[in-house]
Amino acid sequence: MSRLDTPAQTRPETPPTETQPTETHPTETRPTETQPTEAETVANGAPERAAPARRGTAGGTLRLLGSELGLTFRRPRNIAMLAVLAAVPVIIGVVLRVVSDDGAEGGAGSIITAVAGNGMMLTFAALFVLVPLLLPVAVAVVAGDSVAGEAGMGTLRYLLAAPAGRTRLLAVKYANAVVFGLAATALVAASALITGFLLFPVGPITLLSGSTIPLAEGLVRVLVAVGYVAAGMAALAALALLLSTLTEISIGAIAATLVLVVVTQVLGAIPQLAPVEPYLLPSWWLGFDGALRAPMALDDMGQGLLVFAAYAVVCGSAAWARFTTKDITA
Amino acid sequence: MSLTIEVPGASAGAPPPRGTGHAIVTRGLTKRFRGGQVAVDSLDLAVPAGSVFGFLGPNGSGKTTTIRMLLGLVRPTSGGCEVLGEPMPEGLAGALPRVGALVEGPAFYPYLSGEANLRRIDAADPTSDRRTAAHRIAAALDRVGLTAAAGKRYRAYSLGMRQRLAIASALLVPRELLILDEPTNGLDPQGTREMRGLVREIAEAGTTVFVSSHLLAEVEQMCTHVGVMRTGRLVAQGPIAELRSGGEPRIRIETPDPAAAARVLGALGLTGVREGDGEVSADLGAEAPERVNAELVARGVAVRGLAVQRPSLEDVFVGLTGEGFDVEA
Ligand SMILES: Nc1ncnc2c1ncn2[C@@H]1O[C@H](COP(=O)(O)OP(=O)(O)OP(=O)(O)O)[C@@H](O)[C@H]1O
Ligand SMILES: [Mg+2]
Repeated sequence: MSRLDTPAQTRPETPPTETQPTETHPTETRPTETQPTEAETVANGAPERAAPARRGTAGGTLRLLGSELGLTFRRPRNIAMLAVLAAVPVIIGVVLRVVSDDGAEGGAGSIITAVAGNGMMLTFAALFVLVPLLLPVAVAVVAGDSVAGEAGMGTLRYLLAAPAGRTRLLAVKYANAVVFGLAATALVAASALITGFLLFPVGPITLLSGSTIPLAEGLVRVLVAVGYVAAGMAALAALALLLSTLTEISIGAIAATLVLVVVTQVLGAIPQLAPVEPYLLPSWWLGFDGALRAPMALDDMGQGLLVFAAYAVVCGSAAWARFTTKDITA
Repeated sequence: MSLTIEVPGASAGAPPPRGTGHAIVTRGLTKRFRGGQVAVDSLDLAVPAGSVFGFLGPNGSGKTTTIRMLLGLVRPTSGGCEVLGEPMPEGLAGALPRVGALVEGPAFYPYLSGEANLRRIDAADPTSDRRTAAHRIAAALDRVGLTAAAGKRYRAYSLGMRQRLAIASALLVPRELLILDEPTNGLDPQGTREMRGLVREIAEAGTTVFVSSHLLAEVEQMCTHVGVMRTGRLVAQGPIAELRSGGEPRIRIETPDPAAAARVLGALGLTGVREGDGEVSADLGAEAPERVNAELVARGVAVRGLAVQRPSLEDVFVGLTGEGFDVEA
């Protein structure tokens, strides 16, 4: 066998792992810093393991969330969606301004008069326009893409081999989608507030029930409405996340979510299906107008929040059950 | 001619007990995909710590599926595996930070730079230290020769650059085990040689390397041990030298009278005698070549040349995996 002198043969066949300190590895640049648990292991009296099982920390999870948010908010597609969402209140504001200048008598309905009378109402007008479809589209794109997109690209296997941890990764993906939904809603409100303040008179607000509240309290009500809408979007994100764990094609998860959004709204509008309506997610989205009543319709909004929570819990659990047992073959 | 090789030490069917210095141990590892396809069938793999283990097999023989099970990506239908002493997938959180992996080709975010991609992967590892991330990423990029392309978007990377980036991501922290699924796919000859050098360097530092390939030459040049897969089954495993010596040696005689020589070899009890143009060959068995030579000369057969040949590793592998095996040299 002496003629079979491959370089490989010059290596010992089974050197014991235990005697190989990882510190000697060439990529190890700062041993004491990259092996934080080393001292801990020695203290535990288990020195025979050169490289102890390093455990993750909450800081590590925040870092992953930061990475996730960075990807989401720097991605041109998502920035474009946010730009569209921010532009809609401006467009509505300009149109209302033009219409109200042309002839306020036009009988164009309460919303024009309301906004023309007080710029802050533009926030609610913009939410009414965006909440049924455009805002859900943005959230569905981000949440529906979250797992399926990574699977489709193949990056999911590398994240899980890192190991990101399935439960941890799913939680981070969901948190990311929720933050995106909140950011999108807040952006719409901010854009509408600024536009409203610039184009229309601003002052104490006359509520739907006729009573009047001061401007500062009006701002609080805007915040309540934003929180409520964001909660509705968080429920939708859970649904989209569930669908995202079922496929490797992100457009499929996104499209399926949007089909559900549209179909349930159509079903909710059919009088014969009234008994089903309270169980449909979009039926509760417009409940943010409870913030415009005096006093605030906390009962109705509370019920809406319960429905949102139920959707988030049910869809979230199903997504977890699916994702933690699924074979990653992409 | 029998090529069924009995490998002493770590033969299929007798996996070693826990904690006996093995980086990877599988016991009856089986994966049946939905649809009935058995991709991996009762695999008993034992990868000694510190070895460079070549995981050989033709396309579709179950190499990638095995690797996915080792990494906890795919759940075995039955059987189990241990990686660095941790059962998978239960012990995943303890084992995988110590394992660098390349699975079925590189996969990264096309709209991010190579460097940003590595930052992303590093962030996914809960045990990695963010304070040293920039330093480690730069070192890993340097190691695979990608420093100049670090800021370029992944979309603009060539296949070889992508492959290198995947290796860099496996080298972000010091590892006890590297699992590389066809690491030289898409590399040019220069890149392939660099990859071999890198693997050797990593192994010399004490990291166990488990490398799958369907290229025999590649495995032959960098591995100390081999496991050979055929349609989901492990047909042989052990130190590469033992596999090599497992094949029966043949004696080849150059002579102007092959027919007479063949008769002498037959009379000596050698089997597998084949006559060729000006030569004869036969399985040597336990016979001493000098005795064969003496016998030929004594019977008046002119011997112009005599050689004892062991089968090449290629012959052994073709025998183990069937003729369809891709044995690109
Ligand atoms: N998700 C899947 N569903 C069904 N069958 C699969 C799946 N993945 C792999 N297989 C089958 O399992 C077998 C083994 O596939 P695997 O990818 O493990 O082979 P391989 O040895 O890595 O091949 P290659 O050298 O081509 O990479 C193949 O027959 C393949 O068709
Ligand atoms: Mg493969």
